[in-house]
Order: sequence, then C-alpha cells, then structure tokens
Amino acid sequence: MKLTEKELEIVEIVEKNGRIPLDTLAKMTSLTVEEVEAILQKLEETKVIVQYATIVDWRKIDGHEGVTAMIDVKVTPKRGVGFDEVAERIYRFPEVKSVYLMSGAYDLSVVIEGRSMAEVAHFVSEKLSTLDSVISTTTHFILKKYKHDGTVFDQGDQDRRIVVAP
Amino acid sequence: MTRATKTYVSETVSRLKPSGIRRFFDLAASMEGVISLGVGEPDFVTAWSVREACILSLEQGYTSYTANAGLLALRQEISAYLSRKFGLSYRPDGEVLVTVGASQALDLALRAIVNPRDEVIVVEPSFVSYSPLVALAGGVPISVRTNGADHFKLRPQQIEEVVSPRTKALILCSPNNPTGTVLNQEDLAAIARIVEKHDLLVISDEIYAELTYDEPYTSFPAVEGMRERTILVSGFSKGFAMTGWRLGFVAAPEELLQAMLKIHQYAMMCAPTMAQYGAIEALKNGEHDVDEMRKSYRRRRNYFVQSLNDIGLHCHLPGGAFYAFPSIASTGMTSEQFAERLLLEEKVAVVPGSVFGDSGEGYVRCSYASSLEQLQEAIKRMKRFLSRI
Repeated sequence: MKLTEKELEIVEIVEKNGRIPLDTLAKMTSLTVEEVEAILQKLEETKVIVQYATIVDWRKIDGHEGVTAMIDVKVTPKRGVGFDEVAERIYRFPEVKSVYLMSGAYDLSVVIEGRSMAEVAHFVSEKLSTLDSVISTTTHFILKKYKHDGTVFDQGDQDRRIVVAP
Repeated sequence: MTRATKTYVSETVSRLKPSGIRRFFDLAASMEGVISLGVGEPDFVTAWSVREACILSLEQGYTSYTANAGLLALRQEISAYLSRKFGLSYRPDGEVLVTVGASQALDLALRAIVNPRDEVIVVEPSFVSYSPLVALAGGVPISVRTNGADHFKLRPQQIEEVVSPRTKALILCSPNNPTGTVLNQEDLAAIARIVEKHDLLVISDEIYAELTYDEPYTSFPAVEGMRERTILVSGFSKGFAMTGWRLGFVAAPEELLQAMLKIHQYAMMCAPTMAQYGAIEALKNGEHDVDEMRKSYRRRRNYFVQSLNDIGLHCHLPGGAFYAFPSIASTGMTSEQFAERLLLEEKVAVVPGSVFGDSGEGYVRCSYASSLEQLQEAIKRMKRFLSRI
C-alpha cells in the first residue's frame, strides 16, 4: 500500500520509539492528536505496524539464564510450495524467534532462544534435523550482543558538547 | 596582569567586548543536572563513514601539509556539491578555498576586502563573531536591526537606512543564527537590487544551508547578478555534524579568492589534512546521513516550537538551522534576567537574545539539537518556571 508523507513519518518515528506520547507525535508531525490516532489505527489495522515491542538487555537481569543461537539450515524445497512449507513448520515452534529465507550457501536462517545450550542442542537434534526436508544444520551460539535492531547495547551516550556555544 | 604587560595588548583588541556567551557558559558549566539548550552545534556525532575515512587516511600516513587551497580532490568535491545542490558554478582550481572552519573563512573574507574605516553591515540579531571580526580587520561594523514581528527578515529599506559612501560589504546569514530565519528567493532578489545599487560586496554565510525545512533553499550567489559580488562562506560543521573537525570553505570569483588565499598561505598554510580526507567522504557519500539528520531536526523543531507557543512563549516557526528564538516579552524580564533565573531555578540553559545584538533583547535562543526526551523535560521545566513568575 502507498503511504502518505505524514503516515510514513509516523511509521519512522514509532519504529524507533513505540511509547512516544500521542501529543508529542502530533506536534512533531504538525497534525492534531485525532489525526495521529486515526493514522495509527489505520496502520495497525492494515498490519503495517505489526507490533510494538521492547528491546531488553537481559544480561542486566540477575538470575536470567538464556542463550541465543543462529542456525544455518539447508533444506530441500517442495514442488508447489517452495521453502514456505518447511519454513512454517520451523517458525511454529515458540522457541524460534525468527526465520529468514537467505540467498547464498544455505537456505533458512533460524534464530532460536533457549534456557541453556543443552536445550538448544535438544531442539536442533530432535526437532529441526528430523524434519524430512532438512538436509543439514550449522549452529552458531551468540556470545555477546553489541547491537540489535539498530540499537547499540551499553551505549555510552553522554553528551560531549560544551554547555553553551555560539 | 601587571600594568606593564597590559599595555602590550593592542587598542583594537582591548576595545573588543568579551563574548556575552562566555559568562553564561561559566555559570552553566558549574552546575549539575542542567539541560542545555545553549549549544550551537548538532547533537549528532559525525557519521561513521566520515570518521572511518579520516582514520584510514591516518593509517595510510597522509599526515603532511596539503596545497594551501586544500586537497584538489576535496575542492573538486566542493565544486560538484555546490553545483548539484545550489546550481552554482565555481572552478576547483582558483575559485574554491578550504579553510579552518567557516570562522576562518569569514576572517579571511573580511581581511581581504576591508580598508581602514570601511564600513561593513551586520544584520542583527547576528552570530557573535561578525562585528568583532570586522573590527579586527580594521573596519567599522554597522548594525542593521531586523524586526521580530517581521520574523527577523532583512528588508532592503533597512539597508538603505544605514548605507553610506564608506560601506563596503554586507554580511548575510541565512538560515540565521540565532533566529533560524531563512531568506527565500524573493527576499534575496530584493536585497540583491540594493546591493547592486550601492555597489556592495556580500559575504554570504551559508553554514546552515543544509538545514532548511520548508522551502527550497536559495544560495545568494545563485541570485541573478550576484555571483560576481559574493563571497560564499560555508563548511561542514552544521549540516554534516563536523564541528570539531574545524573545516569550512570559501567559494568566490578568482580575484577575491586569490586575495584570501594570500592571507591564508601566510597565516594558516592549510586546513588539517586528516579532516580534509574525512570531508571528501562526507561530500561523496554523506547525503543520506544529512537527510536523516535534517528529518530529525525538523521533527524536533515542530515539536519544540509548538510546545513553546503552548506554554505561552510566542515563537515563529523558524525555517532553518536548529534554533528557536521565542519572545519572552510577556514575562516583563530582560533576556538576561530570564536566562539567568531559568538556569538557576530550573536548570535549563538558554542564551539571552541580547548577546546577539540589541535587537535580540526580549528574546532567548534555544537550540533544539537535543534529544526529544531532553526537550520534553526542558518544556516541563520552562512551563513550571513561567507559571511561577
């Protein structure tokens, strides 16, 4: 669908900050609060805005255990449905956080989160590798997240500018 | 300082008033938890690709002087940039000079043209350096006061009122610091007619040209007949968020440019080499970054100016730069009283309009180059301040 300039502007702003107050959003875009509300509603209904999510740095939370792995999966596509069918079988597992069809050396990139390496290993050996279409998997565990969806973790964001300048 | 050493300081320098911003800076810097809307520079860090290009140049060992006028490759990029952005035509060899910030470019321009006691028209409220630089060049700054009710636009009649046989030049600044006012093509064409009539030279400070939000930007030398009587001063500080790199440039007809180059080669040699390599990357591949920054400023401008009006500080919507210049007349305070009390009582730093000339009295300059969260908090504090006084 084609968005107007204002609609596009609102998408860009809320993509970075889903909690921005409506009146602030209205002032930034020179619209009324009612107009902004109507635009957001339309964007939500048409699923242009799919969800408002939060980026959490889980490492900061004591007692949190969790590992994330990226798995390169080679599969045999099926006549008529291509990669979609096997992708769907994979993304239905709740522990799977994202699935992308890739160009290059493998076909699907699967991101999975588990409580432990054993849990991820179990998923790969029991659930993923056993699927008929899956030819091979290569699992990479994430050791540290530096930047996620455009957001840098541990951003040293102090303002280095002098307080008053001409 | 002892009396003996004090007498060594030249009369010209002794007569210069210290910058009014300085006192404020000292006060604000000594306090904690201050939200500063007093900063005259972008809140963005220079784009990584530009920083990376600079690092690469250092790794490769490009640490020697460049040509006096700057790297030819950079002058070629500047020439191409001025052509593609503003429809201007300047030859990289002979009509473009790379300087240490637009500040040095202004200094060079004034020293190259001013004879003792020549008058130079400065449009107020104005950037704090113009008048002192005119005086240092041996000239006499003549103020033109623009009018808040007219959105601080310079009108031809105002030039007519101060022009004299001694008037040599006019310094224009659009978008303006501190008012954010942009002169459009029509405004500039009207000014051009007076400039022609009185045979003036124009030093056009277009350092904020990348940051305009509503109308297409007109560069002064693009106005008919003006190229030959304009020294275009610009740089990388504001649009490309490269303030600390100290890199600017001048474009001017050859005779004027060569005069500036003469001073530059004796007084400066050349602009910093590593910064020049960064600037090449900025002009080659930086347009997207500048677009993103412009968008972000525009949204914050809209938010901030609307909010100022909502809390009772009347403010016109500035077309460019990143300054709002609201009137504080309704408070009955002078701009200095207002700024000082706001800083001490609510820890929000703004710059009193009076430091930009007498016609800035009754206004304060607020930079909206701060994060949205900071702006929201500043508005909250200013609202509380206004309801109390």
